[in-house]
Amino acid sequence: MSEPLLRVDNLVRRYGGITATDNLSMEVIPGELHAIIGPNGAGKTTLISQLTGQVMPNSGTIRFAGRDVTGLPSYKRSRLGLARSFQITSLLKDFSAIDNVALAAQAHDGHSFRFWGNARKERHLRDTACAALERVGLGKRADIVVSQLSHGEQRELELAVALATKPQLLLLDEPMAGLGVTESARMVALLKELRKEVTIVLVEHDMEAVFALADRITVLVYGRVIACDVPDAIRRDEEVKRAYLGEQHAVTRHG
Amino acid sequence: MMPKLNVSNAVAALICAALILLPVYSAATGNIFILTLFTRITIYALAAASLNLIMGYGGMMSFGHAAYLGIGGYAVGILAAEGIGSGFIQWPVALAVSALFALLIGSLSLRTRGVYFIMITLAFAQMAYYVASALSRYGGDDGLTVYKRSDFAGLINLSDRNQFYYLCLACLFGGLYLIWRIVNSRFGLVVQGVRSNEQRMQAIGFHANRYRLVCFVISGTICGLAGALLANNTDFVSPAVMYWTRSGDLMVMVILGGMGSLFGPVIGAIVYLLLEELLSQFTEFSGLILGPVLLLIVLFARGGIMGLLGRMRRV
Repeated sequence: MSEPLLRVDNLVRRYGGITATDNLSMEVIPGELHAIIGPNGAGKTTLISQLTGQVMPNSGTIRFAGRDVTGLPSYKRSRLGLARSFQITSLLKDFSAIDNVALAAQAHDGHSFRFWGNARKERHLRDTACAALERVGLGKRADIVVSQLSHGEQRELELAVALATKPQLLLLDEPMAGLGVTESARMVALLKELRKEVTIVLVEHDMEAVFALADRITVLVYGRVIACDVPDAIRRDEEVKRAYLGEQHAVTRHG
Repeated sequence: MMPKLNVSNAVAALICAALILLPVYSAATGNIFILTLFTRITIYALAAASLNLIMGYGGMMSFGHAAYLGIGGYAVGILAAEGIGSGFIQWPVALAVSALFALLIGSLSLRTRGVYFIMITLAFAQMAYYVASALSRYGGDDGLTVYKRSDFAGLINLSDRNQFYYLCLACLFGGLYLIWRIVNSRFGLVVQGVRSNEQRMQAIGFHANRYRLVCFVISGTICGLAGALLANNTDFVSPAVMYWTRSGDLMVMVILGGMGSLFGPVIGAIVYLLLEELLSQFTEFSGLILGPVLLLIVLFARGGIMGLLGRMRRV
């Protein structure tokens, strides 16, 4: 096994009396698509937010690309190559699609204390943004203001924004949330392409998608890892079935 | 981007032309009053435009912007009182002190958001007000008379009504041009992005507060220039220019004209100060009419007068 790209050790995050992340350890290997599943309230989004720095853990360490990033704010982690998409779409609503993506490219192209030149005329930023939009199938929607885009398109734009930061590790928080059947299928196809280029951590409720895409799956329950293995093993794991899926909702049926 | 031809741009162009030609009209009709009135309006328009940079584009609701009017004014007044009459010294000092003050209150107040930000900026401005009131050497409560306007070594004579007007107008146009460049620059896009969604901007790699702070300082500096102009215009500076109601006036101008539109604050300043002037001839309760006007604008014309004009082209 190669050196992990991301390594989490004994992570703890409490909210009052609730332990949302309970002594959690995990590893993400370069090149894999690592899915995180778990019932509602298992602490998946809390975990992602700690990985990207929006939420600080009470204890434990997060190492990314061989570097301790536990105390780093999110903008610094982004510069190191950690990108995320949000479960609840989080975009610049009054900006056009291409502006959203171009800003992400700009964030990784030197500092932005440039006060004079027109940023919308910077060729290479626009080109990077166009490429990312093409990538997710939004090439023709570049000039549309985000609030005018459909929900599915906004989910794709989330992905384009993350891609434009040229990440080493992409953390996707339920990219399929709220998508229809065809949109979901498109998203799965897209992720299948992306996984060839970038390491991905995928939090997702859509089991079909997870089992189709993941190299390994980590199962969270009450902020704890109860299993971490390849999809076939997870499917057979008795504890997972009991704790998470329930007898009547066996994974094998999806599979 | 090339400015598009639409109602709001046409109105802006017309107003600019009218402002440029105003001294000609004033000379032809012998109406000096209108020139002095519009000198004041251009100065407040500059101050409002600077507030618009942080409020409209940056989403920072500063309720203490008049502090810079006072700081710029006092820099000119105090230096003049101490015998330093050169504008080449007075004005850079006015700008520098305004920038420093903005840096100080910005770095403290930008730790907060929303209502707290409003309250902290207000508190700092009130502190500046009380400090100025306590400056007994420089007039204290009564204010400070500026006996001689800034001296620019014969380059321009600020005591000449027309020259001073054109100087104010040049500062306004220069300030607007600067803001326009900034708003479309990399920096400007980041600031507007932070207004729209701070968390997202952090997640893609921007240290949001650093950009906010620089924007706050630029805005304060431009307003400091307006303060230097204002002290020269009235030959007087007093703590009253910093009082919170003045900050409120500036906010009203921005909202009235249109937050986040380049020319909105200019229209806001013109309409607000003209209304105030007109109404004061009939009643001393001009607020009774100005208040409801503002209420109507806020309720029915989001984006202010510029927003209304912008919508007209689609009708």
